[in-house]
Amino acid sequence: MARRGTVRAGIAALALLPLALGACGGGSGGGTASGDPNTLRVLDYHNDDPNKTVWQGLLEDCGTEVGVTIERESVPGETLISKVLQQSSSRTLPDVLMLDNPDLQQIAATGALAPLGDYGITTEGYAEGVVDASTYEGELYGLQPVTNTIALFYNEAIFEAAGLQPPTTWDELRTTAQALTQGDQYGVAFSAMNSFEGTWQFLPFMWSNGGDERDIATSETAEALQLWVDLVSSGAASKSVVTWGQADVADQFKAGNAAMMVNGPWNFGSLAENPDLDYGIVPIPAPTAGAPVVSPFGGETWTVPRTGDEEKQAKAAEFVQCLNSDENMVAAAVGTNTVPTKPELTDEAVAQVPALESFAEQVPDLRSRTGQLGEEWPDAATKIYTAVQNALVGGMTPEDALRQAQDG
Amino acid sequence: MADVHAAERAAGRAKGAGAPVSAPRRGGRNLRTRLVEVAFLAPAVAYLLLFFGYPVVKNIVMGFQAYTTSTFYTGEAPWVGLDNYTAVLSSAVFDRALLNTVLFTAGSIVGQFVLGLAIAVFFRRRFPLSGFLRSLILLPWLIPMIAATAVWRWILDTDNGVLNRLLTLLPFVEVRPDWLTSTTLALVAVIGVNIWLGIPFNMTILYGGLQEIPDELYEAGALDGATGWRAFRHITWPMLRPVVTVVLVLGVVYTLKVLDVILGLTNGGPANSTQTIATLSYAVSFRQFDFGQGAALGNILVLLSLAFAVVYLRMNRRAVDE
Repeated sequence: MARRGTVRAGIAALALLPLALGACGGGSGGGTASGDPNTLRVLDYHNDDPNKTVWQGLLEDCGTEVGVTIERESVPGETLISKVLQQSSSRTLPDVLMLDNPDLQQIAATGALAPLGDYGITTEGYAEGVVDASTYEGELYGLQPVTNTIALFYNEAIFEAAGLQPPTTWDELRTTAQALTQGDQYGVAFSAMNSFEGTWQFLPFMWSNGGDERDIATSETAEALQLWVDLVSSGAASKSVVTWGQADVADQFKAGNAAMMVNGPWNFGSLAENPDLDYGIVPIPAPTAGAPVVSPFGGETWTVPRTGDEEKQAKAAEFVQCLNSDENMVAAAVGTNTVPTKPELTDEAVAQVPALESFAEQVPDLRSRTGQLGEEWPDAATKIYTAVQNALVGGMTPEDALRQAQDG
Repeated sequence: MADVHAAERAAGRAKGAGAPVSAPRRGGRNLRTRLVEVAFLAPAVAYLLLFFGYPVVKNIVMGFQAYTTSTFYTGEAPWVGLDNYTAVLSSAVFDRALLNTVLFTAGSIVGQFVLGLAIAVFFRRRFPLSGFLRSLILLPWLIPMIAATAVWRWILDTDNGVLNRLLTLLPFVEVRPDWLTSTTLALVAVIGVNIWLGIPFNMTILYGGLQEIPDELYEAGALDGATGWRAFRHITWPMLRPVVTVVLVLGVVYTLKVLDVILGLTNGGPANSTQTIATLSYAVSFRQFDFGQGAALGNILVLLSLAFAVVYLRMNRRAVDE
């Protein structure tokens, strides 16, 4: 009998196992702490410096201001969405949730987020594109304090030796990149990877020429893609652009293998590791002289998930507002090499970090990736990088590649 | 696989324990032994149902649902019948992915098996340091896959990769192959890396099989003039057959679902030239957030493995019967 008792206990324990595991999964950061009305659970993906430390400071400051203690969890960037999905199915969402801005509409569409208008939050002074990205079906779901975008970095020593000026138009980009290609050195580097990074890098070219993500099988988008094809087929850019992420692009530029690169301000730290490298930053070349350049923007938006605790949600909304105060915007921008999302504050940040200028001047015209397609954006983004790759190395013409991708 | 065996063993043990007791007397005692049998089976059955049954059933059901990000919050996943399968099968990438899956699996298995067997046979002879060298061959197995693929990406880089630098040092070699950026070579490169990763597995199991073959057979064969290739053809190969079956079936099932090697090396690119059904399923689920279509692709993959396993095991049984 005793033995059977053990077996039964074993079975019982086994049957309880999934429950216990489930409890562990949902309990990280939850449990008793979440019941405390004066604690806010915060989830973000700033787990490397300088972002980690700068945001820790801002979160704590705002916690003090709102009168709550902060329980912060930072997960690796690529796992944030799956974490959020798990939490939304187990009803253990944090009180304050940070999302990459193109993901906001996807998550808002699930109903997991609370509209910030309910807490009297408005968006006066913000750049229009930034507000678009945090809005879903007419309701505001997030506030984004700082942003970044991409521009053209150029190696000053190489340009000086060649007696050239950084290009401002597509034609100049073609000729300058060609002129600077010699030996192991390519004229320009960019990321045409088969991921959303590749799409993100292509957008300034596509949008500035009048292309649109709702239908990519247009002559405007084809012309933009033709520019990239020309750069690669002429040898001015390595064929490896189809496998390079933006970090690889920065490595190539840092090593002097490319005279120019398309990249963003988050590389300042890594580029500084090469003390011999002097570089300048100019806006991405426009299709024709003087034409406006329309770029996508990065950065994260802060949201208030529906946790069911109205009082806490109100506190969380107050907290999000604090993170977006003018003072904190500038502090975050200067600390993490980003730009405030209120155009009137950009000068203040640029005064402290002059290298941000080319990024700051783009803020009023920045365009949201999800502004038109909302939750359908991931499909369009996949189509865009697929077409880019097919045209660059798949042997298709830009027109055919875009047509095939658009038709699925 | 190990778990299935564990379950079978547990079941066997339960029967073995029950049989002698139940033989002489029937009635209440019989019922009791029955219960004991069931109790012994229960942990294994519960484990299988929980960790194999549930995910498989869930995945099959998901394949028929519009399962999106919203589903996680609302719990609503409307039934859409065969829509996911129609969408997946008619997409422009599917044919390419299916072909790549077949080429990748066939290429990897042939390469891994032939090289693994050659190395195993080579190490059958003992020589100084043979044990040390044999353990060195296991290294690819010990390196985390993502680290290995990152290193291979550097090695295979067109401009600065070690492989191409070495190639240019050779006389008469003027080309720098675009290992990872050419739509034709990328699949070859990915298969090559996967072969490198798979050799230790094949070698270890085949080497184990070789150890089981009695030396007397070779001695007797040698007296009859069977040495070298003939000894391999008429002694080694027939004796190794059961082990070969296991290696091939496991190899195919493992290779069909390979994800990390391809994601790490090419991410399915360039231009979908290394996209397999497994990587496509991953991309559709976790990048485009269409979990229903992702599940449909996963189910197609499960069917492929199942079909292969059934066909191969049948063929093999017939061969043994003959």
